[in-house]
Amino acid sequence: MRHLISILLENEAGALARVSGLFSARGYNIESLTVAPTEDPSMSRMTIVSSGSDDIIEQITKQLNKLIDVIKVVDLSEAAHVERELMLIKVRATGKDRDEMKRMSDIFRGRIIDVTDATYLVELTGDTAKLDAFINAIDKDLILETVRTGVCGIGRGDRILKA
Amino acid sequence: MVLTGAEIVIRCLQEEKVEFIFGYPGGSVLHLYDELFKQDKIKHILVRHEQAAVHAADAYSRSSQKIGVCMVTSGPGVTNAVTGIATAYTDSIPMVVLSGQVPTSYIGQDAFQECDTVGITRPCVKHNFLVKDVRDLAPTIKKAFYLAKTGRPGPVLVDIPKDLGVDKCEFEYPKTVSIRSYNPVTKGHSGQIKKAVQLLLEAKRPLIYAGGGIILSDTAEKLTKLAHLLEVPVTNTLMGLGGFPATDKQSVGMLGMHGTYEANMSMQHADVLLAIGARFDDRVIGNPENFGSIPRKIIHVDIDPSSIAKRVKVDVPIVGNLNDVLDELIAQVHASEGKIDPKALAAWWKDIDVWREKKSLKYKMGSEIIMPQYVVEKLYEVTGGEAIVTSDVGQHQMWAAQYYKFDKPRRWLNSGGLGTMGFGLPAAMGACFANPNTPVACVTGEGSIQMNIQELSTCKQFRLPVKIVNLNNRYLGMVRQWQEMFYGNRYAESYVDALPDFVKLAEAYGHVGIQITSPSDVEPALREAFVKHKNELVFLDFLTDPTANVFPMVAAGKGLSEMILAEDL
Repeated sequence: MRHLISILLENEAGALARVSGLFSARGYNIESLTVAPTEDPSMSRMTIVSSGSDDIIEQITKQLNKLIDVIKVVDLSEAAHVERELMLIKVRATGKDRDEMKRMSDIFRGRIIDVTDATYLVELTGDTAKLDAFINAIDKDLILETVRTGVCGIGRGDRILKA
Repeated sequence: MVLTGAEIVIRCLQEEKVEFIFGYPGGSVLHLYDELFKQDKIKHILVRHEQAAVHAADAYSRSSQKIGVCMVTSGPGVTNAVTGIATAYTDSIPMVVLSGQVPTSYIGQDAFQECDTVGITRPCVKHNFLVKDVRDLAPTIKKAFYLAKTGRPGPVLVDIPKDLGVDKCEFEYPKTVSIRSYNPVTKGHSGQIKKAVQLLLEAKRPLIYAGGGIILSDTAEKLTKLAHLLEVPVTNTLMGLGGFPATDKQSVGMLGMHGTYEANMSMQHADVLLAIGARFDDRVIGNPENFGSIPRKIIHVDIDPSSIAKRVKVDVPIVGNLNDVLDELIAQVHASEGKIDPKALAAWWKDIDVWREKKSLKYKMGSEIIMPQYVVEKLYEVTGGEAIVTSDVGQHQMWAAQYYKFDKPRRWLNSGGLGTMGFGLPAAMGACFANPNTPVACVTGEGSIQMNIQELSTCKQFRLPVKIVNLNNRYLGMVRQWQEMFYGNRYAESYVDALPDFVKLAEAYGHVGIQITSPSDVEPALREAFVKHKNELVFLDFLTDPTANVFPMVAAGKGLSEMILAEDL
């Protein structure tokens, strides 16, 4: 099953390598990983999308907690949470496709942030499924390039991950 | 006081009451060695290969309650040390490794003797640091010692670039450490302990399964007290030998792949299992599906939450320091009204006695050829069970574990987790430094001993009276045993040709060498070594039965009760 694991860790050289090394050494799966400093620059917040049985996810959280640089770990998917991903997608926009692309972008509440004679650059945020849906909704042959940030997530309401 | 980085490092080690550093100098640690030279509080032990330095520091830790320290240079110094570090990590041995690094400004430039030490060692240390500022040296070394010994212990490496050795700053050794992301648990959960006591008291066929955690936490006496209070059988893992006296009538011996019949049968038939400081690894429980298919309640006490429910389902998990948890278990058993049903317990002991009757460790002994098991039995007798025994890895390791009855903790030193050949001799050196008045024997084989034989030179330099018990069967015995049992007798590369004359080799290094070929000479030779040559290193080369195999044996992937016994063949 898919899980969203949120990690608060020391913002130190090598901390990311410790986390990613743990996943590869123990054969755990990473679908996406995002990391950036928090409002306190001494700490980073990381979101990992992984999948596995309950036993494996339990081991992943335990092993993460064992890392000295890891301050806190929470499996966001255990309760109400919000997740978002950002995608920048460059598409061919000529002839009749130009209008169609603008329409699709509007429907998905995307924003066109760069325009040339032949291309649009669309910025889109949402959960993974929404971004996937956009890719599926447009003509594949028109996609020139996509880049996605990977998922970041946060608990709803009083669910707060702090040091 | 303003000091150089090199002075700071040595001062920190002095503050930590370090007595010995096991190491090998090289370019990037020369500043540190220069400071070592100028003082006499810390003694440096010069080994002949960095792997040996780490094993020696590791065994210094294992055989005492202190932290072993080693020092190596950058590049090959570090890569040579990696096997030793991984060995200590797998067995959770507290240790601090100081490594030299090329100067800060050279890092990443492929400098001479540069390697990514922090990257290479990351998966086999509890934690590591690359210090980039001389002001961070003292706090980092303080943290390293703290991390190594607290929680689940392990090796910690501090990588020190050469230029920090001459940089200067104000020195003050921190009195305390606080790491916000590291708060190891201490006390176990009282409610869980209560549940555990209830389960134990209601058990019909209870068993205590105790691992290396008992040794590491120095709780052998508490475990023994609890076992005596409950009158239940105890089995020890390879790493846990000595954690409960082997000669106690409640001991059923070691369990696992080469465990006794009674230990493995008890493990399979127990209805309540109290696992303490053990981790249900593959060499211990065999096939996890087979093990898991048997209904039983499992109580698992460990300091590391990730050890719990990793390989088996657990009914009562207790995360905590064994010292506190055992105290509370004992207190709650005392306070409880209940008692294990004496009838059920008597029936359980009767079952165990039937299994004991199998005498699964018996072997055939003739008058012509030396059986390796016999050598270990005689070693036990001659040393009165009081020696520290180190081993390498293979058949001799299992025979040492099976036939030397360890009654006390920290007497049996072996690479149980990683299975590192070459551990035995340097480990014996470390044990000698930590226990100068205790006889130290290294039970080894002609394969393993050659993996760090250069240390005979270190032993000479420091007059270490190690007794090397070489069970020389001319084969990489455990490999040969598996080839015989599972590979149709095809002995691929397991016969060791062109062996040296170990007696002459020992003599060449300035030691005493004795070759023993007849069973009747085994005991006299051991006595000669341990009495006449008490203060010398003696290399005892026993030519043993090349066809001897280790039994009982649970083949890899089989269930614990599917043991192959010597008598089956």
